[in-house]
Amino acid sequence: MKAEVAAGNVGENRAGKHMAKNTERPICTTCPYCGVGCGISTDGTSLKGDTLHPANAGRLCVKGSSVLETLGDQDRLLNPEVEGDVVSWDQALDEVAGRFRRIVDEHGPDAVAFYVSGQLLTEDYYVANKLMKGYIGSANIDTNSRLCMSSAVVAHKRAFGEDVVPGCYEDLELADLVILTGSNTAWAHPIVYQRIAAAKQARPEMKVVVIDPRRTATCDLADLHLAIRPGQDVPLFNGLLTWLDDNNALDQAYIDAHTEGFESTLDTARSQGNDWASLATHMGVSKVDLTTFYHWFAACDRTVTVFSQGVNQARNGSDQGNAIINAHLATGRVGKPGASPFSITGQPNAMGGREVGGLANQLAVHLDIDNPAHHAAVADFWQAPALAKENGLTAVDLFQAVASGKVKAVWIMATNPVDSLPEADKVRQALMACDTVVVSDCVASGDTLACADIRLPALGWGEKSGMVTNSERCMSRQRPFVTAPGQARADWWIITQVAQRMGFADAFPYQHEHEIFAEFSALTALAGQFGKRLDLTAAADLTADQYAQWQPQQWPLNSGPRCYGDGRFSTASERARFIACENPPVRVIGDAFPIILNSGRIRDQWHTMTRTGRAGRLFAHLSEPFAALHPKDIERYRLQEGGFVRLTSRVGDALVRVTRDTGQRPGTAFMPMHWTDQFSRRARVDALVPARLDPHSGQPAFKHTPVNVSDWQPRWHGWLFTAASPPAVEYWARVPVDAFLQAGQVQRYRLAGDADLTEQQLHDWLPQAAQWLALNDPATGHYRRAALDKDGRLLAWLAIGETLPLCDVDWLADCFTQGADIQHMTILAGQPADAGPDLGPVICSCFQVRQKTIEGAVEEGADCVEAIGQCCQAGTNCGSCIPELRGLLETCTT
Amino acid sequence: MKRLVVVGNGMAACRLLEELTRLAPDLYQITVVGDEPFAGYNRVMLSPLLGGSTDENTITTHPHQWYRERSIRLITGTPVVAIHRGRRQVETAAGHVLDYDRLLLATGAGPRQLPVDGVGLKGVVSFRDLYDVRRLLSLSAARVVVVGGGFLGLEAADALVKQGHDVTLVHSRGHLLNQQLDEAAGHRLQKDLEARGIKFVMHARTQSIEGCSVQKKEDKKGSSSYSSDRVAAVHLADGQRLPADYVVQAVGIVPRAELAAQAGLTVNQGVRVDDTLQTFDPAIYAIGECVEHRERTFGLVAPLYEQASVCASHLAEMGHRRYLYADSATRLKISGIDLVSCGDFLGEKRNEIEQGETLQLSLPDSYRRLQIRDNRVVGMVLYGDVSDAPFFETLWRDSTDISALRETLLLGEAFCKRPGDKGDNAEGVAA
Repeated sequence: MKAEVAAGNVGENRAGKHMAKNTERPICTTCPYCGVGCGISTDGTSLKGDTLHPANAGRLCVKGSSVLETLGDQDRLLNPEVEGDVVSWDQALDEVAGRFRRIVDEHGPDAVAFYVSGQLLTEDYYVANKLMKGYIGSANIDTNSRLCMSSAVVAHKRAFGEDVVPGCYEDLELADLVILTGSNTAWAHPIVYQRIAAAKQARPEMKVVVIDPRRTATCDLADLHLAIRPGQDVPLFNGLLTWLDDNNALDQAYIDAHTEGFESTLDTARSQGNDWASLATHMGVSKVDLTTFYHWFAACDRTVTVFSQGVNQARNGSDQGNAIINAHLATGRVGKPGASPFSITGQPNAMGGREVGGLANQLAVHLDIDNPAHHAAVADFWQAPALAKENGLTAVDLFQAVASGKVKAVWIMATNPVDSLPEADKVRQALMACDTVVVSDCVASGDTLACADIRLPALGWGEKSGMVTNSERCMSRQRPFVTAPGQARADWWIITQVAQRMGFADAFPYQHEHEIFAEFSALTALAGQFGKRLDLTAAADLTADQYAQWQPQQWPLNSGPRCYGDGRFSTASERARFIACENPPVRVIGDAFPIILNSGRIRDQWHTMTRTGRAGRLFAHLSEPFAALHPKDIERYRLQEGGFVRLTSRVGDALVRVTRDTGQRPGTAFMPMHWTDQFSRRARVDALVPARLDPHSGQPAFKHTPVNVSDWQPRWHGWLFTAASPPAVEYWARVPVDAFLQAGQVQRYRLAGDADLTEQQLHDWLPQAAQWLALNDPATGHYRRAALDKDGRLLAWLAIGETLPLCDVDWLADCFTQGADIQHMTILAGQPADAGPDLGPVICSCFQVRQKTIEGAVEEGADCVEAIGQCCQAGTNCGSCIPELRGLLETCTT
Repeated sequence: MKRLVVVGNGMAACRLLEELTRLAPDLYQITVVGDEPFAGYNRVMLSPLLGGSTDENTITTHPHQWYRERSIRLITGTPVVAIHRGRRQVETAAGHVLDYDRLLLATGAGPRQLPVDGVGLKGVVSFRDLYDVRRLLSLSAARVVVVGGGFLGLEAADALVKQGHDVTLVHSRGHLLNQQLDEAAGHRLQKDLEARGIKFVMHARTQSIEGCSVQKKEDKKGSSSYSSDRVAAVHLADGQRLPADYVVQAVGIVPRAELAAQAGLTVNQGVRVDDTLQTFDPAIYAIGECVEHRERTFGLVAPLYEQASVCASHLAEMGHRRYLYADSATRLKISGIDLVSCGDFLGEKRNEIEQGETLQLSLPDSYRRLQIRDNRVVGMVLYGDVSDAPFFETLWRDSTDISALRETLLLGEAFCKRPGDKGDNAEGVAA
């Protein structure tokens, strides 16, 4: 197989080449990335946004546009493996079923656990949940949605009696005031951002407020940016409640008719007083900005508050969510056109997982484990005598139970807890020590896979078939259009097979995903019986054909696009509940860890890069892990812009590049969440994060990690292009190159190190080669090497120096796909002799437009983003770079 | 008219005659005495001639007609045997007695003899002049041992291998051309020449040359005769015996200064001359491989030409120039292999504290070494691709501070122009 994947395959023809297509006609599917859930139309060789999909109406962001580039057989898990040996599916399934059965028999059902993912499709999720809770008899199934959405789930359930997002995307366009809090929408949910931006352009009077300690790309759209101190959403929204009361801006009729608990909530809010100047100081904003925000909120009936991980990933994430919802309930702005609180999810199917009950403290279909009536109804429906009676372990506790040996077997599906959980190094230790770790994944290498005893090859995007639910409760199909490589199988099939082998064949008879979806849809009838809004009963008798033809639809099916607009909620009283939110205790920052580290997404990467990490193009924007700091802190801690910083927390450390960012609040830092040990030596941000949880949701406080920072000055810097593993040096970060050799895909490594290098080491870092090109300047520590095969084709390239060696990395990447006709001297130089001027970093990933080109367009008179687009195409596809284009416009014209 | 006698008709003499007849065509009545029976030819071209890639006509630079056109009397095939400084006369072996007002010695250099037994045997030859080449060209396929891994030896070996001989070159040092190349370049050269069929024995000290008596069957006149002892093998110090039908000695040259010494001129390694190329006797000048100037002797053509030019100006009575040795790069081509070497390329010609820094570049078909001290190029070796030699040579000669270029210096001029430079230039042009 590898031999076929020879040098010379680039970009768009890769997906078409590597696997047989199932269809010649374009098929409609959904994007595998964020919770916006955009529709994609593709024939397997090219793709575009699905113009008929309600989420995106044809738009796609850069990640979505390049998803075909991430397909391909390389680094795919192709066969089941047990303890490192390739085995048949029968053997692997027997092994998993046998081990789980044995452990359950010996130690009880709570000695096993599943840890699943918002990347799974609804059918996969449903079967996993049914098996663990209904038949194994434990609720030890939790999902990585715990890490991003569980605080919002708690907030929804406490306020509405059900985990329901009342609004829809259209509300963002109808609103007169859009508040984005704890959400870098421009980068994390680009199409939602695009929709808001388009609406604001059409109605410039529409106001946008961004609440974020960082000035992010999203602030480009903001009429007001409240750069509050980290973790201060509760005082902000408590203050809002008091202000609304002081200014007679409450909707008292709504409060009286549809809610409960208002008085005590207002009392709690009032206890922080109404001295707006001191509140503003407390939060680190100006009084004018604060009261402007309050004024606008009071004035705009059509207000949508979008909240995301910046709100959820905190020690009081649930309260922060409820503080926001309180303000909406107090003004009657829930589930009405253009007026709603709006939690947007991180993952493509985080919502779908919550529907089926994929969290350890849910039963199924929005029903509760500890509610006897719910329990009885589900047990009856499933005919599941063993149905779990108690909540299971939530993610962090689950892995602590693995560490303590209480959980002896864990099956991880489609997620990477060794990178994504707090105290990530401990998670790795726990898994390494665990009796049985089963990992289902579509890739062959990963930090979690490295801990697995049994590896099961799952389908990837483009291969799997099923349902996903996006942030506005819209259910869409993911449809396959390529044939799966090797022995890869659907997750639901794998789980079903294990269930059958554990003795539950009658309850798991599924032959096709549509049967599962139909069963799930029928189950939602129980939700309706208990006053829940989750209603898919119209799909309970869906035929396979209808399932195949499914068009995007919101739940409740055959209902309007919003919930609770009538003021009737899912609680027993049908009233919404105000939740009194105490201010978080003021945390004194100690000298040991004086910087508060925040983490999050960057524009062109997704999660732990198992997919986006395969497309070199997506590294053009930001190619290395970094910590962004305010220039004052860079100076104060004697760091160097562009240099290296070692971050240390109570539980771990990281080594990344320093980025200067005036958008950071002094005293804070930001690190991207994406880099794993597969992509850099030591850049897993979650290794730094202590496992401190929201008490209600169990969600970790990823956004608030006290760290120390110190300068690291390597003795040497370097570039290495090779298809081999990274060398063992203090710092490396890799970027994939669109070139394939016998040894695999070529990677570009940025290296830095402390230790003296020997020529032997340099030699060891490079593959066997027929020909060598070498340059040595030992006095300055400057070395270059190029390895060529007998035909003169480039196999590897290395340059080391006291400073970063000069070369054109993009040109070098191209050299790997070319033949032997490049001069040796030029190869060693790493750049063409007649190198044109340096055009700076790529700003527009879609068209690979670089900074200097854009600046040139501005200098030639392009005075707006549209004009830049006409000049050089930048920003005319996905639009993700438009904030940066605006920034360039500003800097060039002032 | 004054009389000028030129002793020697090599490349230095010919160049001087060219210059002198241009500067002062009517000043002298010139007589040239050459011991070789030929008009002027290009000694540098002897290797290609031996290798069969050129012929005698082509390498003859100054045919008899050239002398006639300038009214120069050319006496060939006889050496000058005495100089009578008192009478201002020279005497040739053939009995010519020539008066002079000015005498120029351009007697060149002869091959250094191996200091071992057996160098007098038949079949032990040199490679210095056209006669040697003719002799080597007449050999039938034979086993030849070339002693000496300098230019001469390598050129001889390469040419002989092309002629179909079985050639072994023995060299006393670890790598070839150790005066011009560092070890890495020397080894590359050896590999490239091995690919052409030359066998090498390195670290080889020649102990003796073994002879034997053989009946020579193919006497030219057809009559049977016995030769005296002729070469049978070369013995090395480590005990190796290399059977040989011929031995070519190429272990360097010795200035031919006996004539000058006999005449009472100051002779050390060569004929001592001052900066005007004058010897101890104001009427006598000397140039070329026979001289010693400021304790230096010469073997390459560039300084010889410079001496000829300076000397000609003095003979033309336009003398104001002084000859000063200028270290120049050695550029040589051994049968299509380009080499350039200059300066202190090993970085060892100063005290140990000041040991310089070495930059090396190694490609499959090319090698570069630059020796740096105080951020300046003090020497270099280029092997293979020598296209950047002028660039490096300029840096070397001008002692340019290379610290700003250092990272890409070895890659050559094309990579030493940073994109930034181009931008600046472009702006300058636009302004």
